[in-house]
Amino acid sequence: MELLEVENLKMYYNTIRGNVKAVDDVSFTVSTKESLGLAGESGCGKTSAALSIMRLLPSNGRIMDGTIKLDGDDIAKMGDKEIRQKIRWKRISMIFQGAMNALHPTYNIGHQIAEAILEHEAVDKKEALERAGKLLELVGIEPSKTNRYPHELSGGMKQRAVTAMALACNPDLIIADEPTTALDVIVQAQVLRVMKELQSRLDLSWILITHDLSMIAETCSRAAIMYAGKIVEYGDVVPMFKGPLHPYTQKLITAFPSVIGPRTELSSIHGFPPDLLNPPRGCRFHPRCPQAMEICRNKEPVFAKGTRDQYVACHLY
Amino acid sequence: MANNVTLEVHNLVKYFPIKLGFFKALTTSEAPNVHAVDGVSFNIKEEEIFGLVGESGCGKTTTGRCLVRLVEPTKGEVVFKGSHLLSLSLEGEFRKLRRKMQIIFQDPYESLNPRMSIYDIISEPLRIQKVTGSEREIAERVSQALEDLDLVPPEEFLYRFPHELSGGQRQRVAIARAFVLRPEFLVADEPVSMLDASIRSEVLKLLLGMQKKFGTSFLYITHDIALSRHMCDRIAVMYLGKIVEQASTDDLISKPLHPYTQALIAAVPVPDPTARRIEVVIKGEVPSAINPPQGCRFHTRCPHAMEICRKKEPPPMEMGNGRLVACHLYGSKGSKR
Repeated sequence: MELLEVENLKMYYNTIRGNVKAVDDVSFTVSTKESLGLAGESGCGKTSAALSIMRLLPSNGRIMDGTIKLDGDDIAKMGDKEIRQKIRWKRISMIFQGAMNALHPTYNIGHQIAEAILEHEAVDKKEALERAGKLLELVGIEPSKTNRYPHELSGGMKQRAVTAMALACNPDLIIADEPTTALDVIVQAQVLRVMKELQSRLDLSWILITHDLSMIAETCSRAAIMYAGKIVEYGDVVPMFKGPLHPYTQKLITAFPSVIGPRTELSSIHGFPPDLLNPPRGCRFHPRCPQAMEICRNKEPVFAKGTRDQYVACHLY
Repeated sequence: MANNVTLEVHNLVKYFPIKLGFFKALTTSEAPNVHAVDGVSFNIKEEEIFGLVGESGCGKTTTGRCLVRLVEPTKGEVVFKGSHLLSLSLEGEFRKLRRKMQIIFQDPYESLNPRMSIYDIISEPLRIQKVTGSEREIAERVSQALEDLDLVPPEEFLYRFPHELSGGQRQRVAIARAFVLRPEFLVADEPVSMLDASIRSEVLKLLLGMQKKFGTSFLYITHDIALSRHMCDRIAVMYLGKIVEQASTDDLISKPLHPYTQALIAAVPVPDPTARRIEVVIKGEVPSAINPPQGCRFHTRCPHAMEICRKKEPPPMEMGNGRLVACHLYGSKGSKR
C-alpha cells in the first residue's frame, strides 16, 4: 500500500534574481515498510524535496504546484497548525543533515527526546522520560546513558540519539538526510545496521537522502536519482544498479570506486551541474550527456517505463 | 616501475602536548600527550602512489604534514633522496628542498587565499623558490600548469579569484599550484573528499595524469579504502597512530590479514544491491589517543582478541611479498598461529 504519494511537486525558492527551481515536477511514492533512496549531487534538490514533505521550507521557499499525499490527505494544502498537530513528528519525522551536531549542549539526551514527546503528546514528564530511555535502548544506547550530555557521547552515539528522537512519536515515515556523512566507515556501517533493524522491527518506511549510491544499494529497496531538480530515473534498486538506463545514472554508479569486483576505470561527467535559476532547455542533462541528440536540446523527455519496472526520463528510450 | 626509494620514514613519532590549567599542571607530574603518530615506518618508491588509510583521528594527516615539516615531528627520521630532512634548518636548507616536496590540502575552499588571483596563487611558489626571474617564463609556466589541469583556456582563469570558481575548479588550481614546481614527491591529503561524485573522478584522473607526466611519488591520504584501491600501488592502514598492515593494493584488498583491515573493508558499502558480503562486527568507536590501550591498540574492539593482545604490542611481521602485519594472530612465517 502506498503511504506517501508525491505527485508533480514543484518547489521554488524566490530570490532577487528570480525563481530557483529546486524541485521541478517530481513524483514518487513510498509504500509501507519500504525504503526509498533519493540520490543526487549537492544542489540537485533532494533536501528541498524532503523539506517540502515536512513542510519546513524557509520563508522564500514555496510549493508552487503538486500534491503530497499521506494516506490520501494532501500535506501540501494543510495549514501550519494542522501540520504541527497531526503530521510532523507523529506521522513523518526527519533526521536532518548534521543533526548530531545540533543537539542542545546543556540538556541531557534523555531530556531532549522527552521534550519532543511532551510537545506532541498528552503525557506527563515521567512517562516521557521513561519512553525516551526505551527509545535509546532501541537504537543500542544503554539506558544508563540516558542522562548523558551530548559532549559525553561519540559521533556514532549522537547519531543514534538523533535517530531515537526521530522515533519519539511512533512515526510511519522517517526521512533521513545524509545520516552518516560525518561518520567513519565502521561507525557508518553500525548506524546503517541500526536503521535497517528498526525498519523491520517497527514497520517503518524510510526515505534515505544521500549522495552515496553505494549506501542506497545496501539499504534501500527502491531508488530515485535526481538531477537539477528532476528525477531522471526511478525504480527497484536491483535492476537499476545492474542495468541503469539514464546516462546520468550510468555515470554516477560507475563514478564510485568499489572494494569488490575488478578494478575499473572511474567514469567522470564533464562540466558542472546547471544553475537552477536558468536550467537548460530540453533535457537538463544534455550539456553534459555523452549521448545527447538534437531532440534533447529542445524537448524535455517525459517519464517512460523501461523494462523490469524501471522508469526513466530520457529520449534514448 | 623503478625500485629506487624516494622517501623513507623510520619510527616517526608526533605527540601533541595537552594544555593544562594552572592547578592541574601543578598536581600532574607528567603532562599528558595526544599520541597522534606513534612509531610509523614506511618507504615510498620512485613514481609510486602510496596510500595511507584510516579513520578520522588515526594520525594519517599528521603523518603527511610531518613529512613536509608543516608539523615538527617529536621523534623519528625522514630520509628524502638521501638527505635527512629533520636535521636540516627549516628556513634555509629545508625551504630549498620544498621545491621538490609539495602538498595538496583537503579543502579547496580554505587552502586558496581569497584575495589572490589564480595567477598570483600559482606563480607564488615560483617566486618563493626563485625558480626564474623572468616574468615571461613565470607567465608561461602558470598557463601551462592551468592547461595541464584542463582549466582551458588559461586566459579565462588567470585573473579570476577563487570565489568565482566551483569546488572542482578550485581543487584543480590547488593541484596546479603543487605541480608548478615539478615536485618529485607530493602529499595529497584527501584531495577529493569535499567534491561531488561526478566531479571527483575527473579530478582524480587529472591527478593520475600529472603523476604519470612528471613521475612524481605520492603519499595519498584518504579515509576511503575503496578510493585508495583505485589510486594506490601500495596501501598502509593506520589505527590510533600506528600502521597495522601494509601491502600491495591487490593483496590488501583481496586478502586483508589484520582484523582491522578486514573490518574496514567489510564496512564499505558497495554499489551492488545483490552482493553478499561477510559482515565483520566491530563494536564501539576508536578509543582516545591520549591514553591509547595497552598492548595491541585494536584489542578493545577486535573480535579475535586474545590474552596476549592485552599485554604485548604486536611487532610488524614480514608476511612475504612486502607485506607487513602487526597482529598476534600471525606467526613470523606467514602462517596463522
